[in-house]
Amino acid sequence: MAQMSMIMNLDKCIGCHTCSVTCKQVWTNRTGVEYAWFNNVETRPGIGYPREYENQEKWKGGWVRNKRGRLQLKAGGRLKKLSQIFNNPNLPQIDDYYEPWTYDYDMLTTAPAGTQSPVARPKSLLTGQDMDIKWSGNWDDNLGGSQETAAQDPILATMSEHVKMEFEETFMFYLPRICEHCLNPACVAACPSGAMYKREEDGIVLVDEDGCRGWRMCVSACPYKKVYFNHKTGKAEKCTLCYPLIEQGKPTICSETCVGRLRYLGLMLYDADAVLAAASIENDQDLLDAQRACFLDPFDPEVIAAAKAEGMADDWIEAAQNSPIYKLISEYEIALPLHPEYRTMPMVWYIPPLSPVVDVVSNSGSDGEDARTLFAAIDKLRIPVEYLAGLFSAGDVVPVELSLRKLAAMRAYMRDINLGNEPDERIPNAVGMTSETITAMYRLLAIAKYEDRYVIPKAHVETARELEELGCSLDTDGGPGMGGPGSAGHSGPYGNTVGMPLGATVDNYNTMTGRPSATAPTTPGRVNLLNWNGKGAPQGMFPPIADAGSPA
Amino acid sequence: MTAWDYLLWVAFPYAASGVFVVGHLLRFRYDQFGWTSRSSQTYENRLLRWGSPMFHYGILMVIGGHVVGLFIPKPWLEFFGVTEHMYHLGATWLGSFAAVLTVAGLAILIYRRRLTKRVLLVTTVMDKVMYVFLASTITFGTTATVLYQIFGGGYDYRGSISPWIRSLYSLQPDPSLMSDVPFFFQLHVLTATALFLLWPFTRLVHVFSAPLGYLVRPYVVYRSRDAPRGAGSRPPRRGWEKSERPLERSRK
Repeated sequence: MAQMSMIMNLDKCIGCHTCSVTCKQVWTNRTGVEYAWFNNVETRPGIGYPREYENQEKWKGGWVRNKRGRLQLKAGGRLKKLSQIFNNPNLPQIDDYYEPWTYDYDMLTTAPAGTQSPVARPKSLLTGQDMDIKWSGNWDDNLGGSQETAAQDPILATMSEHVKMEFEETFMFYLPRICEHCLNPACVAACPSGAMYKREEDGIVLVDEDGCRGWRMCVSACPYKKVYFNHKTGKAEKCTLCYPLIEQGKPTICSETCVGRLRYLGLMLYDADAVLAAASIENDQDLLDAQRACFLDPFDPEVIAAAKAEGMADDWIEAAQNSPIYKLISEYEIALPLHPEYRTMPMVWYIPPLSPVVDVVSNSGSDGEDARTLFAAIDKLRIPVEYLAGLFSAGDVVPVELSLRKLAAMRAYMRDINLGNEPDERIPNAVGMTSETITAMYRLLAIAKYEDRYVIPKAHVETARELEELGCSLDTDGGPGMGGPGSAGHSGPYGNTVGMPLGATVDNYNTMTGRPSATAPTTPGRVNLLNWNGKGAPQGMFPPIADAGSPA
Repeated sequence: MTAWDYLLWVAFPYAASGVFVVGHLLRFRYDQFGWTSRSSQTYENRLLRWGSPMFHYGILMVIGGHVVGLFIPKPWLEFFGVTEHMYHLGATWLGSFAAVLTVAGLAILIYRRRLTKRVLLVTTVMDKVMYVFLASTITFGTTATVLYQIFGGGYDYRGSISPWIRSLYSLQPDPSLMSDVPFFFQLHVLTATALFLLWPFTRLVHVFSAPLGYLVRPYVVYRSRDAPRGAGSRPPRRGWEKSERPLERSRK
């Protein structure tokens, strides 16, 4: 099956929260989900959002392998979950996220004249009362106040070495998080109503809002706490991977607006029948390799044949072959999953940040772009590496080190090229790569062209349905029905119609926008004067400007 | 028998059942989005942790007791060797235990709903009306049990109320059975009937979503994008359906 997945390159994240804000504007600026951030950016080390969500001894999210070697929800089996339906003992309170608030803006304009300036006081959105703001979704942003809170970071608690949260000796990076759209989603497994599901076509995990009965088991079962309870409608809501955009071949809003251009979107082909066995493997630290083994090589003729037999379209197979996700996970092996030990087989992966290492090297006066210095620092700087391993590989430092060494090698190798020095082939060879692969990886990571970052095939709908919703074929410009109801005017892809247009769906949006219109004539070179609004100079209407070569 | 007897013990129950059935069908057809338990657990959990399980497990036992008492005719139980005395003991003791759980749970829940500001603010008018009828039904039922079954001589409602309910279901209503029933039992029946009438318009609809299917379904659910219940495609408005061969339409 195919899975639409995301990878985030943490080295490039500047923690600007643009992704969070645009996501909020699009999806959660409604009452009941004021506190919910489908996309949030955490500063690590830090306790995250909601507070301490990674402490599964407290929240009982995700899966565990039981004594018989079978996979079971950490919160308990089916009967136990049903018996707890009247009160879910593992449900986070709204205060674990934060109490949503607004400000009394009205006061600023309506306050009577006085000696003091009027103040807009914070008011709780739950009670309407004045409130003290004591916590929010990113309260420990940039390690603010971390001397007091960072000790509660579940990853730090498991580390062997003591980490000082003092300004000079600490390290930090940002971790943007969305729903992981797991291959083995615990939220879906925990939903008593069966209202949550994984889409067969692209693996996006969604909530059927009509089927949800508000039992809230999904909220506690998700170890990433990325399912939110809308406290006004009583329904679960979560990141949809912006499926209406993905279906049109466009990136999610968080990816599109990412300032650092650090997000990658693409398909992964995987063997759905292998997922359960892989997630049930005994040792936590083997889960990363087990998940990698579930992925299929999109160039393998057998895989292609199997995909076609399953009904996958050619453009989807091609998209899987061009997928940046496949390159970063399987070819370069530098992307790692977030908390594989939760056994949900997450599908939003991360390229661990080299910057904590580079910062230490540079601050000590050494060359932060020299391969040998960096390699030595990766081996020596146990604290950041162990911390990253706690996030991305169930505590096993080897995969993190491999990934960081490749990033360091790329950095050093490309510096020589940029400076015009003789490129040193030994650098890529030291990390098992060649100069070609490391240059290709550099192009994907550093140049990061839009079309390389987002390889998203459009969703397929039956051809018949598309044709039915096209409207009258005579309504195109120049046709006999031109200008009549349904013709493509300038008001949108569905044109000006009398009454309701038929079936305006995301499925046919592309079909409709692709129709010939006045600005894109059916016969190139000819312009229909009846439709010309007098603005601009359509091609073919005026003779070419003399001396076209010179700038205007 | 007066007109009141017919009104209270025939017309009212039938009207309530009609509204109950049709109301649920219509609500399920047109308002699945509103069909939820509307939990307030995220606002407050300290009281809910005790009140909600107590009330729900209690009321489940109460419902079980009512099914046995009202719908299983006396001779059937006697056929299995359950004498009037055994039934009375069982019903009174088990019933009292369930009633204590239910009433205590409900008291906690109402206290919480009234005094927790966050919870009070999300309580709708319909919630309040529902609480009045739910609480009075439970209170009158408990009062009747305490008055007549524990401290009184014991009233055999299986000789009057139960046959009356069954007479409604067999469409041969006999209101005379209810005329001599003790006052608090009558009140209990009337408020319960009113509660059934309101039921489809309250959050009580969540009772019919008890997710028993969860015990047998596979853990991970897959759905196709093109499945009729899937997202992405809006059905055409009435009157704007495309013309299809009738054969295809019937296949849907």
